[in-house]
Amino acid sequence: MRFPFTARNLLIAAVIALLVLLPVYTALSGNAFFLTLFTRILILALAATSLNLIMGYGGMVSFGHAVYLGIGGYGIGILAFEGISSGFLQWPLAILVSALFALVIGALSLRTRGVYFIMITLALAQMVYYAGVSLSRYGADDGLTINRRSQFSGLIDLSNRTVFYYLCLALLLGTVYLVWRLINSRFGLVIRGAKSNERRMRSIGFPTYRYRLVCFVVAGAICGLAGALLANFTNFISPAMMHWTRSGDLIVMVVLGGMGSVFGPTVGAVALLVLEETLPFLIGKLGFPLFGESAARAAEYWQIVLGPMLLAIALFARGGIVGLLTRTGRD
Amino acid sequence: MTEPLLKIQGLCKRFGGVVATDDITLDIPEGELHAVIGPNGAGKTTLVSQLAGELTPDAGRILLGGTDVTSMPVWRRSLLGTARSFQITSLFPEFTARDNVALAAQAHAGHSFHFWKDARRETALRDTAHAALSRVGMGDRADVRVSRLSHGEHRQIEIAMALATRPRLLLLDEPMAGLGSSEAAGMLALLRALKRQYTIVLIEHDMEAVFALADRISVLVYGRVIATGAPEAIRANTQVREAYLGENSVAGAGDA
Ligand SMILES: Nc1ncnc2c1ncn2[C@@H]1O[C@H](COP(=O)(O)OP(=O)(O)OP(=O)(O)O)[C@@H](O)[C@H]1O
Ligand SMILES: [Mg+2]
Repeated sequence: MRFPFTARNLLIAAVIALLVLLPVYTALSGNAFFLTLFTRILILALAATSLNLIMGYGGMVSFGHAVYLGIGGYGIGILAFEGISSGFLQWPLAILVSALFALVIGALSLRTRGVYFIMITLALAQMVYYAGVSLSRYGADDGLTINRRSQFSGLIDLSNRTVFYYLCLALLLGTVYLVWRLINSRFGLVIRGAKSNERRMRSIGFPTYRYRLVCFVVAGAICGLAGALLANFTNFISPAMMHWTRSGDLIVMVVLGGMGSVFGPTVGAVALLVLEETLPFLIGKLGFPLFGESAARAAEYWQIVLGPMLLAIALFARGGIVGLLTRTGRD
Repeated sequence: MTEPLLKIQGLCKRFGGVVATDDITLDIPEGELHAVIGPNGAGKTTLVSQLAGELTPDAGRILLGGTDVTSMPVWRRSLLGTARSFQITSLFPEFTARDNVALAAQAHAGHSFHFWKDARRETALRDTAHAALSRVGMGDRADVRVSRLSHGEHRQIEIAMALATRPRLLLLDEPMAGLGSSEAAGMLALLRALKRQYTIVLIEHDMEAVFALADRISVLVYGRVIATGAPEAIRANTQVREAYLGENSVAGAGDA
C-alpha cells in the first residue's frame, strides 16, 4: 500500500506517535495525569471504533452502543465479585456475553430502519441499564468496586499503569487494523453496499439481514472488550457505564473524528476528551486578558463552547476531522 | 412444447383502491424477448417488482423454470436466475463501476462471510465484472466512481450488474429511459445482442425499439393485459389502437 503524505495521513501518524510516546513523556515528567487520561481515551476510542463499524460503514446508527461497555464491564465485575479473577476466563466471557446481547438487540432492531432503529437500540439499551440498576447483589445503581484486576497468570500485570496503557493501545491498533481488513473484505463490501443501497443489494442476490446482524454482533463483541478494559481501568462498574448519554458520547466521537474512516473514531476520542479536559482551562486563561474575572466564571460553562463546535463539525465537515483533511487531498 | 421459463398465473396486486395488476396470466418461453408496453401508471413496474420478488402479489402464482417462486424473497430469486434493472437508476454511487458490478458477481459466487481477504483482489469477481462492463461498452470507464458517471453510463451499469449475476431471466424496466438519441441507439444494439442469449421481459416506452426487438408484445392498461401477440398483430389490433397506441405512434412504428 502507498503512504502518500497527505494532511490526513500526517494527522493519523502524529496521533499514533503521540499515543506511542505518551508514557515516555509521563515517565520523564513524573506527571501521571496524562497517562490516566489517555488510557481512558484509548478505551473509549476502542468502543467508538466498534461503533464506527456499524454506524460509519453499515449505516446502523445505534444509540445504545454503550450498553456493551456495561455488559463487558459487568462481566468482569461480577466474576471478580464471585471470586473468579482469571482474565483468561473473565475476558472471553465478557466478550461472549456482549456478543450475545448484541445478537438479541440486533435481531430485534435490524428489522427496522432510520429513526425507528435509533429509538429501538436506545430503548433496548435503557432496558439493560435498568436491569443493571436492579442488580442489588452487585451494588444496584451505586455500582461495585473491583478489588482485584484480571489476572493473566503473571503474563501481563494490569496493575502496572504503563503495561495497562500499552495493552489498551495494542488492542486499539489491532482492532483498527481488523476493521480495515474487514471493510475491504467480501463481508465489508456487503455491509457497505447495504448502507449505500440495501434494495439493490437484495436485488442482486444478498440476504442483507444476516450480514448486518453479524456485523452488529462483531461490533458488540469489540465494545464488550472495551468494557472489560474500562472495568479494569476504573476498578469499578456501575450502570452509568451504559447510560444513554455514554452512547451519545460514542456517537459524538465517531462523528467528530470522521465516520467511515478507520482512524476517525480514535482521532475523535482524542479530540473530544482532550477538549473536555482543556476547554475550561483554556477559556479561563485565554479569556482573562480580554474579559478579566468574567472569563474565569465563563470557564465553568465550557460546554456552551464545546456544543457549537461539535455542531459546526457535524454541519460543515461531514467526514469529521479526518474527512476535513481528506477533502484537500482528493478530488 | 417445452415448459415455458416464466409462467405467470392469475397475478393480482392492488394498492388501496388502485388495481395495479389485474389477473395477469402469461407464459414466456425460454429465449423469448417479451415486451410489455402500456401508458404511464399501467402497472408495468409493479409487474416487474412482483416478478423480481420485491412486491408480493395479492393473488396468483409465479413459476420460474417450474419452481414456484411466488413467496420467495428477492435475493433468493436472484440466486435462482432472475435479474432486474431498475427504471430509476439504483446503484452504489460511492463505489466505482467495477465495484458495483463485482458486487453483483460476488452475490453469486458463494457466501460472503469472508472477513479478511481483500475482495477487490479476487480476480474471478473482477474478471466477471470487467466482462460484463465490456459487454455494455463500459470497459474503459470501469474505475470511475459511479457518482461521477453520466446518466447514460448509469443505464449501462444497470444492465452490466444484471448480467454479472448470470441470469436466466432478465427483467429490464425502461433501459432507454432518459437516453439521448445516440445513447439510445447504443442501448438498442446492446439489447439486440442480448436477445436469444437471455429470456427477456422488456418494458419500454420507445415504440420503435419495442417493435424492432420484441418476439411478442403484451399491452397493459389499468393493470390488465388487453392483448398479447407478435408485433404485427399488436400493431393491427384495434382495441390496442383505441386504448393506447393512437394512430400516430402506430404509424411511426410502422415506418421504422
Ligand atoms: N407502492 C405503491 N403504493 C401505492 N400505489 C402504487 C405503488 N406503486 C405503484 N402504485 C400505483 O400503481 C399504479 C401502477 O404503477 P406502476 O409504477 O407499476 O406503473 P408503470 O406502468 O410502471 O408506469 P410508468 O410508465 O410511469 O413507469 C399507479 O397508479 C401507481 O400510482
Ligand atoms: Mg414504471
